[in-house]
Amino acid sequence: MEQTWKQAKAAFGVVLTPPAFWLVAFFLVPMAVIWAYSFGENQGLADIALTGTFANYFRALEPLYVGIFIKSVIIAGATTLICLIIGFPVALAIAFASPRAKAWLLLLIMLPFWTNLLIRTYALIAVLRTEGYVNFGVEWLWNNASGLMTLVGLQPLGAFEPLELLHNNFAVIFGLVYVHLPFMVLPLYSALDRMDRSLMEASLDLGAGHMRTIMGVVVPLAAPGIASGILITFIPALGAYLTPDLLGGPDSQMIANVIERQFKRANDWPFGAALSFLLMYLTFFAIAVQALIESRAKKRGVG
Amino acid sequence: MTKSTIIKGASRRSILQQFGAAAIGMSFVGGAAGCSPGGGGAPVVNFYNWDTYIGPTTLDDFKAATGTEVRMSLFATNDELFARLRAGNPGYDVIVPSNEFVTRMSEAQMLEPLDRAKIPNFANLLPEFQDAAFDPGRRYSMPYTWLVLGIAYRKSAMPAGFVPDSWKWLFDSDQFSQKIALLSESADLIRLCAKYLGHSVNGIPDEMLTQIEQMLIRQKPHIKAFHEDNGQDMLLARDVDLVLEYNGDIAQVMEEDADIDFLVPTEGSLLNSDCLCIPVGAPNLEGAHAFINYLLDGEAGSEITKEILYPTPNAAARALMDDSYKNNPVIFPPADRLAKCEYGAFEGAEKAQQFEELITRVRAA
Repeated sequence: MEQTWKQAKAAFGVVLTPPAFWLVAFFLVPMAVIWAYSFGENQGLADIALTGTFANYFRALEPLYVGIFIKSVIIAGATTLICLIIGFPVALAIAFASPRAKAWLLLLIMLPFWTNLLIRTYALIAVLRTEGYVNFGVEWLWNNASGLMTLVGLQPLGAFEPLELLHNNFAVIFGLVYVHLPFMVLPLYSALDRMDRSLMEASLDLGAGHMRTIMGVVVPLAAPGIASGILITFIPALGAYLTPDLLGGPDSQMIANVIERQFKRANDWPFGAALSFLLMYLTFFAIAVQALIESRAKKRGVG
Repeated sequence: MTKSTIIKGASRRSILQQFGAAAIGMSFVGGAAGCSPGGGGAPVVNFYNWDTYIGPTTLDDFKAATGTEVRMSLFATNDELFARLRAGNPGYDVIVPSNEFVTRMSEAQMLEPLDRAKIPNFANLLPEFQDAAFDPGRRYSMPYTWLVLGIAYRKSAMPAGFVPDSWKWLFDSDQFSQKIALLSESADLIRLCAKYLGHSVNGIPDEMLTQIEQMLIRQKPHIKAFHEDNGQDMLLARDVDLVLEYNGDIAQVMEEDADIDFLVPTEGSLLNSDCLCIPVGAPNLEGAHAFINYLLDGEAGSEITKEILYPTPNAAARALMDDSYKNNPVIFPPADRLAKCEYGAFEGAEKAQQFEELITRVRAA
């Protein structure tokens, strides 16, 4: 017999206590402190007076910072979109692989998590930089092509100009996609894996092409998975600061970089707290949208 | 030399800074250790230091000499050090803030006045380091190293016979477009721009700040990146040809690449000095004084200097170094240029926030 938690309150309470304590002590309380700081004022160098002022929020809503928020949303949005476009076929392929291959493929997706984000980012620098592996490879091809053309009697190509791949917004988005792709693939995979295959077979049997089956049957059924994939990619990408710091150029500053500098160099915790909470409200908004999509999908499923 | 090349390539400020969380983890261990000093064992000094900023055997030698164990934990930026201590000292005995932060922390009553009677090796210091504008009378700090910012460049990428000996080439010229990397430290950057415009690095008036902002926005298309004190690495990898960096960092990479050079521009530059201080609430005041005194010892100081290759303010330590260090024009730039260099003074929290917002505007422009 299946039991609901109401029938085993004591056991449920025991199981719930440690995580609840953890959540309150190490998440909610610190968050509340930062939230309180966002209504405070600096007093001297090391103290914050909680005066209930909204000045920090007004400052955070100045065009300068709103502009940086918008830019961050655009970069995170582009990252998410690219992750979705790359991640969907990958997830589909894994979902349809043989059980043995599936385990290996999933392992490959998760493998990068075993390495520190910083190390992976430095590795990307080595790949993308002016004298990096990509440029080495392209230069080799270029020189060979050039040699080949002289052999055939054509004008050789000019001198090789290294590609500028690092320290620009391209590098930031590239780095963010690289880091966040697993976050997109895993929820997509779990949605696609649970899907009832007979629906696809029916669609194909009734004459729909492969593309139409994917767009008309698979995507709508996987919508909740897609929504959570988008969310779980978008949120960390929006708060990224290491990637723009290390891979970005002079204008690749995202909101998290500005927040970090408030807490460190500027020593302006109240303002940093206000910026953080604006970012948090954006996140809540995104989660609310996702929940809405999910509940609609459920309704459709039932009805 | 080869043994530590990799470690040297990573300056005291670079790698750890990026680790962020990892660094906090490390300092947490240090703090926790400080909370339970001894408990009956040997006396302990908790030392909060920069990365790669101590001799290989210094701590063991000190233990052998005095029986006091030194537990070292690491920080990556002055801001991190300040943030760790602003809510109260978690148990550190000796810390190493830079000049500006010595002022800032002493103003915030976070530093213990030093007892000069317990630091006889003070006499080893060069006369010009026995007093400091950022700490009048050396009440709170003893100098550990000093550094100067300058232009590091790739010789072969310069036009024949050309030496980039003005800040102009970094801040106000398109000649090396997209081959320039500047330090992302807002205050340092703004102060050097003021120096270029003929002003002191301190007391920059608001009109000049506006002028600096416009100059940097104009220059931005020619700047490849604002680096996180890994400029020496970008120069080494040929990502850029000109970089704003510290002399010590460049002296280290010049051992690997002879095509790199460093100079202090004719306008002068910004000096920094990392200092030994005792934070208020240090559990082991006696041991802290003894350890600071030991670090200022000539023999111990030269062992440290051989490892970290930063300029030392310690005459006794410098005397024990070999000529390749003493006469290195990168580590010790010419006196006439150094005479034009200044320390950046701490000018209040608002000024720091104003600098920060200026650079945020430049980067968003």
